[in-house]
Amino acid sequence: MSGPQVLVAMSGGVDSSVAAALAVEAGWDVTGVHLKLADTPAHLQVQGKGCCTLADADDARRVAGTLGIPFYVWDMAEEFRRAVVDDFADEYAGGRTPNPCARCNERVKVVGLLARARALGFDALATGHYARVEDGRLYRAADRAKDQSYVLYMLGPAELDHLRLPLGRMTKPEVRATAARLGLRTAAKPESFDVCFVPDGDTAGWLERRLGRRPGQVVDTDGQVLGGHQGAYRYTVGQRRGLGIATATPRYVLRVEPAAARVVVGERAELAIRAVELERASGTDGRGLRPGHARVRLRAHGQEAGCQVVPLGPEGSGEPRRGAPVNRGRTRLDLDEPVAAVAPGQAAVLYDGDLVLGGGTVAATVPATSSPAG
Amino acid sequence: MPYLDYAASAPLRAEALAAMLPLLQRPAANPSSQHGPGRAARAAVETAREQVAALVGAAPGEVVFTSGGTEADNLAVKGALLARPAGARQLVCTAVEHHAVLDAAAWAEADAGAGARVGLAPVDPAGRVDLEGLAALLEPGRTALVAVMAANNEVGTGQPVAAAAGLAHAAGAVLLCDAVQAAGLPGVDMGRDGIDLLALAAHKLGGPTGVGALVVRAGADLRPLLHGGGQERGLRSGTLPAAAIAGFGAAAAAALAEREAPGFAAALAALRARLLVGLRALEPALVVNGDPGRSSGAGGLPGLLSVRFPGRRAEDLLLLLDRQGIACSAGSACASGAVTPSHVLLAMGRGPAEARETVRFSLGHASTEADVDAAVAAVRGALEVLAPQEATT
Repeated sequence: MSGPQVLVAMSGGVDSSVAAALAVEAGWDVTGVHLKLADTPAHLQVQGKGCCTLADADDARRVAGTLGIPFYVWDMAEEFRRAVVDDFADEYAGGRTPNPCARCNERVKVVGLLARARALGFDALATGHYARVEDGRLYRAADRAKDQSYVLYMLGPAELDHLRLPLGRMTKPEVRATAARLGLRTAAKPESFDVCFVPDGDTAGWLERRLGRRPGQVVDTDGQVLGGHQGAYRYTVGQRRGLGIATATPRYVLRVEPAAARVVVGERAELAIRAVELERASGTDGRGLRPGHARVRLRAHGQEAGCQVVPLGPEGSGEPRRGAPVNRGRTRLDLDEPVAAVAPGQAAVLYDGDLVLGGGTVAATVPATSSPAG
Repeated sequence: MPYLDYAASAPLRAEALAAMLPLLQRPAANPSSQHGPGRAARAAVETAREQVAALVGAAPGEVVFTSGGTEADNLAVKGALLARPAGARQLVCTAVEHHAVLDAAAWAEADAGAGARVGLAPVDPAGRVDLEGLAALLEPGRTALVAVMAANNEVGTGQPVAAAAGLAHAAGAVLLCDAVQAAGLPGVDMGRDGIDLLALAAHKLGGPTGVGALVVRAGADLRPLLHGGGQERGLRSGTLPAAAIAGFGAAAAAALAEREAPGFAAALAALRARLLVGLRALEPALVVNGDPGRSSGAGGLPGLLSVRFPGRRAEDLLLLLDRQGIACSAGSACASGAVTPSHVLLAMGRGPAEARETVRFSLGHASTEADVDAAVAAVRGALEVLAPQEATT
């Protein structure tokens, strides 16, 4: 065998199929692995939708067969349930809006899998993420529309040195064309959207089944009761629809206060925030976020804003992650211009051009306008 | 490639291939057809029926060919339950039966029409059924079926089948013995052990996949699951796959001859011992699961070695062994192909983490010392790779 020994994470979708194919074409010694992440009944239905269905495992296996590489299925359902699914429900229950994909990459798909690959003697892990790793640093993908650097911001040198992202310079049409050229059965497979463990896309219903009804009140910023709700977890900052209240002007969710079962709504202008405070902030260079100017992305597909990075020192609590940069800490971002509707729990990712500097989880926001809670 | 996964599927024997080829190359022939080619195919089937019957001490007319062990177990469990009136459909099986038995029983319990009740008999730490526990679950007059496998496919432990049959009969039940794994070995005998229903699969004997049998003692009451042409005494409709059945028969005959040759089981046990000594030298903390030894009287699987490597995930070991060209297995694979903790090990009192550290090596008719030595060398290589993980976990 020649070339580096590379483990490729194969979800059964077209992206990771092509990543595996390109790894083989690069002359690497490639092994495919499919992660079984779900153990719900939907997983067993051949027509089950979402990530990690039986059909996806079959697709990944067939592609590995076409490529002539060894292929394994690893059951990481328990890790996934604990680190991603439970966390998703806990975060909503706590009034935050989590990003399960970032969480999954951090705990299971990239960091967890890479540690396992290294322990098994592999030189590197390759995935079908759209982002670039060059000289040990993380960059946006060439295909800006598909860029997934946002959900990889938590990686540090320990990971990036051993991560290969073969799709980083390709566009989605090029990926599909490559799959078709190589005769991969996943070439025309539709995109997966939404949260993979909520196959019907009904997050509110999923949360209600999981957390039960927790009725409470919808109030304005003066505490005036405007209506009722069946669970504060059904609401996210910036949400306008489904509030069930009649007002002269549109009202938006400003805050979710699960302890009081309260959803606080207000005018659109009140959504504007001028600063965010991050927890578990880390830098992709392993040396922490440093003071200075950067661009920040506060939602997976949201706009970017300029900001000043203000490190606030290390965190007292928070569990250390194996292989994690030692630079985790609280950081404040002072936004150049107000940004609307930033939900605690979301990832804030910092860029310098295409270079990903790092990021953290939004712990708190500072409204641009004064408010009673501000 | 050193193959140490006989318990998953044994390599096809030359005798089986030789028996199948002429039937595959011959003109079309349905064994039920009333013409020359049909009669020739039928003759091959009936020869195989005698060969299979001889292997397990049954009469040829008691052999019902099926698509494999799973169908045989399903036919036995569901067929025996449905043959009983609604109030007498209790079923007792050991907690370490194959899923083909356990899940068929679970289906019968969950399905309102079947209306069965299931009792799971506990096993000791070696995986051997606790006969007192089993007896306590019996409901004389209401228990329809008792299922006790000949030897466990995951840990190799033999079961006291004859004693269980005695208990079953005293309660008015029939005894199902899943002998899929143990058929090629001494100790499985319908008549001597009082077995009413016995399940077999050809490929575990070195025959082809896709064929098996349920041996049904004359007089045992059974309802068919597949209806149609009425083949196999009406118990299993469907055109008989003559070539596959001929391969099954030839494999059974070869296994019988082998088993009667002096020292066969001892030779397998010696290979297993060689493997165990080699592995222990690499990992002194190695833990052996089950009791495949034959000294206790209950016939275990002398070529099966189930071992736990403390601190090492079986999935990881398997990958590293596969990369070195060694075939063995871990636990049981689920539909997606992932390794799930074995229900057998859990029933034996092991924790899920321990179950995930268990690797099964299984030897059979073509195994050699060279295979064993290659496996030991590969495990050495795998443990060297995995050692650093130990330090950081």
